[in-house]
Amino acid sequence: MRRSNTRAFWLFVGPFALGLLAFVYVPIGWSVVLSFFDARNTVTPTDFVGLSNYVDMLTDGPFLRSLGTFSLFALFIVPLTFVLSLGLALLVNGITFMQAFFRSVFFLPAACSYVVASLVWKLSIFNGVRYGLANTVLGWFGAEPVAWIGSTDPPWYWLVLVTLRLWLQLGFYLILFLAGLQRIPKHLYEAAWIDGAKPGWQTLRHITLPQLRTTSVAVLLLNLIAAYQAFDEFYNVLGSSRGYPPFARPPLVYLYYTSLGSGGQDFGHGGAGAVLLALLIAAVTLLQGKVILK
Amino acid sequence: MTSGEINRRTVLTAAGAAALTGLLAACGSNTGRGGGSDQALQQWYHAYGEPGVQQAVERYAKSYGKAAVTVQWNPGDYDSKLAAGLLAGGVPDVFESTLEISAVRSGQIVPLDDVIGSAKDDFTATILAGHTVDGQVYGIPQAVDMQMLFYRKSMFEAAHVQPPSTVDELIDAARKLTNGDVKGLFAGNDGGVGVLAGPALWSVGLDYVTTEHEVGFDEPSAAVAIGKLRELYTSGTLLQGAVKDWAEPDAFTQGLVAMQWTGLWTMPAVQKALGDDFGVLPWPTLNDSGRPSVPVGAFGAMVNAKSAHIEEAKAFVKWLWVDRTDYQEDFNLSYGFHIPPRQSLADKADKLTKGAAADAVKFVRDNAKSSNPPDWIPSMRTAFSDAVSRSVREGADAGAELKVAAQKTRDELKRLYG
Repeated sequence: MRRSNTRAFWLFVGPFALGLLAFVYVPIGWSVVLSFFDARNTVTPTDFVGLSNYVDMLTDGPFLRSLGTFSLFALFIVPLTFVLSLGLALLVNGITFMQAFFRSVFFLPAACSYVVASLVWKLSIFNGVRYGLANTVLGWFGAEPVAWIGSTDPPWYWLVLVTLRLWLQLGFYLILFLAGLQRIPKHLYEAAWIDGAKPGWQTLRHITLPQLRTTSVAVLLLNLIAAYQAFDEFYNVLGSSRGYPPFARPPLVYLYYTSLGSGGQDFGHGGAGAVLLALLIAAVTLLQGKVILK
Repeated sequence: MTSGEINRRTVLTAAGAAALTGLLAACGSNTGRGGGSDQALQQWYHAYGEPGVQQAVERYAKSYGKAAVTVQWNPGDYDSKLAAGLLAGGVPDVFESTLEISAVRSGQIVPLDDVIGSAKDDFTATILAGHTVDGQVYGIPQAVDMQMLFYRKSMFEAAHVQPPSTVDELIDAARKLTNGDVKGLFAGNDGGVGVLAGPALWSVGLDYVTTEHEVGFDEPSAAVAIGKLRELYTSGTLLQGAVKDWAEPDAFTQGLVAMQWTGLWTMPAVQKALGDDFGVLPWPTLNDSGRPSVPVGAFGAMVNAKSAHIEEAKAFVKWLWVDRTDYQEDFNLSYGFHIPPRQSLADKADKLTKGAAADAVKFVRDNAKSSNPPDWIPSMRTAFSDAVSRSVREGADAGAELKVAAQKTRDELKRLYG
């Protein structure tokens, strides 16, 4: 019996574990190995270069700029997503009718493909010609069409990217918060009201938020990692067959062009950059955990 | 313990094992060899947009008598797939690609000098140069693609504007042709940064890299040339944010612009939409040291150095892309709109003797510049296009930005050539 259980366990877990090992852990390990070699157009390099790829990446202007840009982006997008999804969750949690409907409506975008959403944003809502949706609306007020994605002064492309990201992600975090909210025991609120606390800000501040602490930490963490790992919507909105502009360029997009995109194939520098990015995410996450859990 | 439970588990176990076997079997057979004989050659193409090309190349391959050739048609991200194939091993044996010096230096492809042989002189020099590294030919050019400036004759006449022959005339024309819903020029949603940076350098007689393997744009005039792109960008005459980008003719054929920078491949669509109401021009010169230019490039047939059948693959490439001129003509002219890389074929092609097409052939002969020289590698391209983008779109100091890109290019050239 025990024997056959073990066999069943490996039979069911085996394929997934094998897949995970072959397609996730081995590549991660291999890219760390590659980062110490001069690996151009080969994944079995022989030319060991020690830390020189790391030195190159740490003195590489565009790479450092993209890390800087996306640290700023994280600083901005993480609190914004947090506050908006918490706000929405509180609203949805507060209503007594059609809750399931609103929950689904807000969650639906999370099920949408990033690529599809990017194309909708780029080609129909925020295209630069006069019949684009945003420009049509501007036209009602007599304004000139704006090249939303093309113009750099002011950088309207951030509006496109941020609204897109919020639309895609809010629903997911909303669901996390909603689950957290529904786990808060009702009697805590009742006790507070009996003690004279007013519904609204006071109970939110002293009961809801503290009770949501674990959920909040998870949301912030996921959000932060997602901000540094930005790729899909940036690549699809701003990228073109001629490459990617030097602004709003996520670190992963830069590394993609270095190591994989259109003939780059410099796996040594790409690997080193990926390791540095992973270290940065780990460091910021630890720092954030320290600050919040204090 | 009931026997029913055991039975169910046994069945599940068996089903799981069967599924796993199926999975492994699928992995095992997916080598790209397609289960043919060992002598079969694998030939890869990217997916051409024009109908009929796939059937044509399959027909060519089938009629080859000396070896079985299996054609694989690759829709989607061909470059990445090809890169993975070449990294992994001997598949494909023969493929089409543009030439990167890194593929030569890492020994991924074999020289084809003996394949091209005496036919070498018949190939357009600029095109062949794009397939040559260190004096050796690595790709046999298949079909020439080029970019040029399309302009709408009726709009020019209505505004009393002559087709521009200098960059300043072009900027001026773009201003005069911009009115209301029509913009002067469309050169991509990035404001022309991607496609016009090369022509801008050539307009003052500079280049990406020189034939002596030096940086080609580390001159004050480079900043002047890029400054002209900035002037265009800020003049309010450029169309930006079009639904289809520069590689497709829609903005031009829909009358959103009077001029568009796009490719030869759009000519059938433009002809269909506008009839004779359009003309073509090279990118004009800026001053006396420059010349008008058109960027050209060509996919070439190459042979994988890890192929198990290098000699057979080379023989096939020689047969298809050197000996069988009838197939080359068919490939270039019967489906889309390309110029045969061989002068002898380009000269006698009926389709290319009149109108805008004849102009295009003339530009390729007189004004061609390689759009992607083999030693203009991705890291240099990124550094250069970053510099141009920051100067043109963000108003950074072009001189300082280009200095940074020049330094990066110099470092890379040093690594490549010592």
